[in-house]
Amino acid sequence: MTTAQRPQEAHHAHPDTPASADALTVPATRATGCPFDPAPTVERARREEPVTRATLWDGSSCWLVTRHEDVRTVLGDPRFSADAARPGFPFLTAGLRELATGTRASRTFIRQDDPEHARLRRMLTAEFMVKKVEAMRPEVQRLTDELLDAMTDGRNAADLVAEFALPLPSLVICLLLGVPYEDHTFFQQRSAVLLSLRSSAEEARAASDELLAYMTHLAEAKRERPDDGIFSRLVARGELDSEEIASMGRLLLIAGHETTANMTALSTLALLRNPGQLARLRSEPSLIKGAVEELLRYLTIVHNGVPRVAVEDVTLGCRTIRAGEGVLCALNTANRDEAVFPGGDTLDVGRDARRHIAFGFGVHQCLGQPLARVELQIALETLLRRLPGLRLAVPFEEIPFRHDMGIYGVHALPVAW
Amino acid sequence: MRIHADQEKCCGAGSCVLAAPDVFDQRDEDGIVVVLDAEPPAALHDAVREAAAICPAAAISVTD
Ligand code: SF4
Repeated sequence: MTTAQRPQEAHHAHPDTPASADALTVPATRATGCPFDPAPTVERARREEPVTRATLWDGSSCWLVTRHEDVRTVLGDPRFSADAARPGFPFLTAGLRELATGTRASRTFIRQDDPEHARLRRMLTAEFMVKKVEAMRPEVQRLTDELLDAMTDGRNAADLVAEFALPLPSLVICLLLGVPYEDHTFFQQRSAVLLSLRSSAEEARAASDELLAYMTHLAEAKRERPDDGIFSRLVARGELDSEEIASMGRLLLIAGHETTANMTALSTLALLRNPGQLARLRSEPSLIKGAVEELLRYLTIVHNGVPRVAVEDVTLGCRTIRAGEGVLCALNTANRDEAVFPGGDTLDVGRDARRHIAFGFGVHQCLGQPLARVELQIALETLLRRLPGLRLAVPFEEIPFRHDMGIYGVHALPVAW
Repeated sequence: MRIHADQEKCCGAGSCVLAAPDVFDQRDEDGIVVVLDAEPPAALHDAVREAAAICPAAAISVTD
């Protein structure tokens, strides 16, 4: 990518920080050790300099906040804005920048502040509330069983990502939204481009536009022939224009695909790597709810941080973050913070991990978390129960981790049973 | 113990319902928090404190 394509860079430069202090880069390179652990440079920052400077992929720089308490402060404080249109807002990938700023149509409420954020979010809160999602358990269980039936039919090995971890949340979100699942290859590919750290701005823009066009088309179809999906209900409210509807639909579709799928596969892998924990969960299935919270904490798949930009000067620890400076909140190191989770680097399915912030914190905290929880609880419980001999089909070292993606996980998980 | 939940602040993520289902629920229309029992029995106090601590919007406050 050429400098000409990065017009925002100049805004991001931090005037009073010498270049050498910017040695910490995000995304940071993971150590050769445990691939479930946060990058060592970010871990070190949490211990030694919890509010520090970091350099992003495009050469711009921002603050990096790494402790549980500080991350909660930033994400819970309206002096830090989620509005991606503000100068200084830090973007983790070209795709995310495109998603947030490409056109007015591509703006979504996760990158806006209240009151606009609250207005749009509240149109969706009822759709994902706990009792509504709990009522979907039988349906999620049925889809889970069908996928496992197909995966195990006459075979004893498969790629768990392609045949189970990705299709399950994909089917569920399509069902909920009223999006035809037959189109899944189309939107899975586009959403992967948008979240890849390797995509160029042009590729990201094309993927972004194609998804928006698809959702706009779908909105028109729902206007003609409504069903009982979320998308139809949003259209029927009559409060949103076509652009707003399309970008909201796209956000839900991407969010529904990339997160639970990676948590499912990565959780399975983490349990296979921790046989003691796996055995404990198998012998005490009632631990599943707590185990899912612990896996969310331990794995924290949003591993490159949640972006904000300061709207006024704020002192955090002994650092002053100036108005207009970007901040990245490292959820993964916050979730390993010994002050809140003693022995935090260890996976312990019996731990009370409810204070984890894997879903973020503050008014932007993940809207779909009740759904993610139900899906993960059912997917993992069923998988472990139905496949008692589940094991890796290749050496651990050959598993392709998603170092190149904004959401962590594995590209494939070859398993046998 | 007395519970106050600020419906203006609530962002409807439902963590309180999971932490203390006997005390919190969500409104059918918009998923915003409702308090089922503003003065819950002592046995539920820990769960309520946990709910207040994990509420992402700082919408739940508790007085003893
Ligand atoms: S946890 Fe807080 S924000 Fe979430 S539903 Fe309960 S009161 Fe609302």
